[in-house]
Amino acid sequence: MLFTSYEFIGFLLVLFISYYLIPKRHQWKLLLVFSYLFYFIAGPVYLLYITATTITIFFFALKIENLSKRKDENFSGDKKVHKALIKNKKWRLLLFALIINIGILAISKYTNFAIANANSVLRFFGVAAEKQFGFRNIIIPLGISFYTFQAVSYLIDVYRGTVTAERNPFRFALFVSFFPQLIQGPISRFGDLSKTLFLPHSFDRIQVSYGLQRILFGFFKKLVIADRVAVGVTEIIREPDIYNGAFVFIGMFFFALELYADFTGGIDITIGVAQVLGIKVAENFRRPFFSKSIKEFWKRWHISMGTWFTDYIFYPVTVSKPMLRLSKWSRKNLGTALGKRIPIYLASFIVWFTTGLWHGASWNFIVWGLANWIVIMISQEFEPLYNRFHNRFPRVKEQTAFKLFQIIRTILIMNMIRSFNYYRDVPLTFRMWGTMVTERNWRIVFDGSLLGLGLSMADYVILLLGVVLLVWVSLKQRNGAVREYISAKPYWVKFVIWYGLFLSVLIFGAYGIGYDASQFIYNQF
Amino acid sequence: MKNDNRVNYIRIIATILIIVSTLYLLTRLMMPKYDIGVIEGALVAEYYDEVKGHDLIFIGDCEVYDNFSPAVLWQDYGINSYIRGSAQQLIWQSYYLLEDTLYHEKPPVVIFNVLALMYNEPQREAYNRMSLEGMRWTPAKIRAINASMMESEHFLDYVFPLLRYHSRWKELSSADFTRMFKKDKVSHNGFFINIGVKPAINVPEGRILANYNFGAKAMEYLDKMTALCLENGIELILVKAPSLYPYWYDEWEEQVKVYAKANGLKYINFLELIDETGLDFMTDTYNAGLHLNLTGAEKITHYLGEFLLNNTSLADRRGEADLATRWEEKLLLYNREIERLSAGLDVE
Repeated sequence: MLFTSYEFIGFLLVLFISYYLIPKRHQWKLLLVFSYLFYFIAGPVYLLYITATTITIFFFALKIENLSKRKDENFSGDKKVHKALIKNKKWRLLLFALIINIGILAISKYTNFAIANANSVLRFFGVAAEKQFGFRNIIIPLGISFYTFQAVSYLIDVYRGTVTAERNPFRFALFVSFFPQLIQGPISRFGDLSKTLFLPHSFDRIQVSYGLQRILFGFFKKLVIADRVAVGVTEIIREPDIYNGAFVFIGMFFFALELYADFTGGIDITIGVAQVLGIKVAENFRRPFFSKSIKEFWKRWHISMGTWFTDYIFYPVTVSKPMLRLSKWSRKNLGTALGKRIPIYLASFIVWFTTGLWHGASWNFIVWGLANWIVIMISQEFEPLYNRFHNRFPRVKEQTAFKLFQIIRTILIMNMIRSFNYYRDVPLTFRMWGTMVTERNWRIVFDGSLLGLGLSMADYVILLLGVVLLVWVSLKQRNGAVREYISAKPYWVKFVIWYGLFLSVLIFGAYGIGYDASQFIYNQF
Repeated sequence: MKNDNRVNYIRIIATILIIVSTLYLLTRLMMPKYDIGVIEGALVAEYYDEVKGHDLIFIGDCEVYDNFSPAVLWQDYGINSYIRGSAQQLIWQSYYLLEDTLYHEKPPVVIFNVLALMYNEPQREAYNRMSLEGMRWTPAKIRAINASMMESEHFLDYVFPLLRYHSRWKELSSADFTRMFKKDKVSHNGFFINIGVKPAINVPEGRILANYNFGAKAMEYLDKMTALCLENGIELILVKAPSLYPYWYDEWEEQVKVYAKANGLKYINFLELIDETGLDFMTDTYNAGLHLNLTGAEKITHYLGEFLLNNTSLADRRGEADLATRWEEKLLLYNREIERLSAGLDVE
């Protein structure tokens, strides 16, 4: 059930009405029923996977917490030995639960990728095609990457003692399956989401209207902008030999716009739906295109994923025993400055490699992840140089032109990196980068060639207006929430704004016959 | 406090009114103006403006609205008929149009053109729209939509056509604005006059099919149609209009004959009556044998008129003053249209 389908709107209407009609203490139970219903509609067999994750993580988290409690029990023997024993048991339980759940994710999502790579190696050694491995028909449950990461974060948090294990399996099942964020995040933490997820909620007119407004804006981004520009993106990718040079450059911007409008639109709908229900879901974006560096960009884009990788991969890897040993060795042999950085760079490498792999079972995603890593590492290596420059010219940093340069530079670099996911083919991406230099076809910007991408002049006008609106909202957000700003306006002004937005979705939305109902891009992850 | 409440009520009512009226106006604006475009889409709706009490209702696809002239049936045989047909009207759409007709009148005779039996699945969304949009909302229309929708279609798009036609904003013309509430009549009792001539030369043979049996769904609806007519005391007559293409296979002909015989229905295949009707495919078709032009339609209508008076309960009603007056007016428009077309005048 797509977020932009009539069925989903009907589903929400029934949920919203019944949610506020039933006794409040049963609200979370209703949410659980609707969440499982949502997943059942997506594919009944998927329920097996999410239920397996829910049960195993719930059970092991309880076990781990019970062991933690036993650690503090009065114990007549050697307390140190007792604690070490408990710690060891907890670690083994954690490892076992992680192997099961990451295993499910890995098998369902990466088996065929592994087979393809193994076959490439076999081919290299001249093994005949009939002796190579056959691809498997494996189901990839909807949103498995998201809910697995969410459940795993809970398990690790319980292991670390930062959250208390949930004793009610149904409440935990709701945390894992909460439908608005099930298929494209954000990857919520139990400590955050549980604060409002299980509470009884009274109908709050302001929160409900804010939630609906957020949903509407999400629809606008998805249907009016993302699905419209997607037509041009698809066309450019479809014929790389025709659409080279300047088309590649323009295609990168189109893709950036599509991805942003698609993903943030989906998250707006998620957060809006939760808000209508009185539940607070953490923000996943903070005006990423205003970032002045790639590092900053990743603190503003898909925030929940970034913090997940930092908390559950980067830090544990950095403080792991082999890494500490490496740190010691590198400081001793390579000097303090470089020796200090090497373990961090290695941990970052692992983070970006897994980030790429998480996005998809394909080398283009891995190369995309590593390209981010390389750019961040290079910029870190150049930091002393930047600092020297800014010390010499201290006023430059504060100048608007310089800030603008940084923003544009970040956008361009991100566009280049993102093109690995745009073409989904690493050699092709490099080749297309090359054509931006070799093909001198910049006239296409003015000679009407862009109208051959399946977008009419009217579409471009709509896109332009849409982008202007997005930029205006982003600029306005720096001074506070836009919805609050609008809600302070007189009634008829508010009405014109929101009804105008509704009509623009209704009329200019790329939905229905003649348009392909596009899945949200992040559903695929 | 009282004043505040009153302001709130006024505001709510005004808001609802604005929303409803803008959505209504936008729907009118975006809907295709069939009467000045693809006129086949305007045919079904015109029936509702008619005074009912017809002797004969034709149902079917283009092979009825292009090939039979109700004006001739009245003028020469005193039969008051109407054609409920649209482009590529599928058999289940014809069935539900018949159900819909029965909400308004109970004609003694119904003629169904059997070409639609060749389709067992919905074919194209555009044709669905042309057949279904003109129907008034009744349970029959709901069933017709549900039976006809293709995978890409959604029922809600029929309920709120703005959801379907919103993308027309890019192609709006001044006519879309000026004709939001205006519609011209395009048919003459469902008959669409075409006076062009394009001889039928090199008509392609039918290609070999893997299976010549009519589909189960198509036959199910033929059964339903037969039962509905029987239930309502209507005589159902099957016809195959004399279109040379789509090719009418012997195997299909045989199945229809067997069905008609088994159910006691009359069946006329005009393809076998070329000599009797005097059809000449060099002069009587406007698109190389697919459809008849006016002269062709008048020829087979004469044959049909004779047949109906001699073989059914229908009688000449030209003596009924009210009816005759109505038809006098209709014939005037019919002849004027023929004159206008003959003079090669532009559509007004």
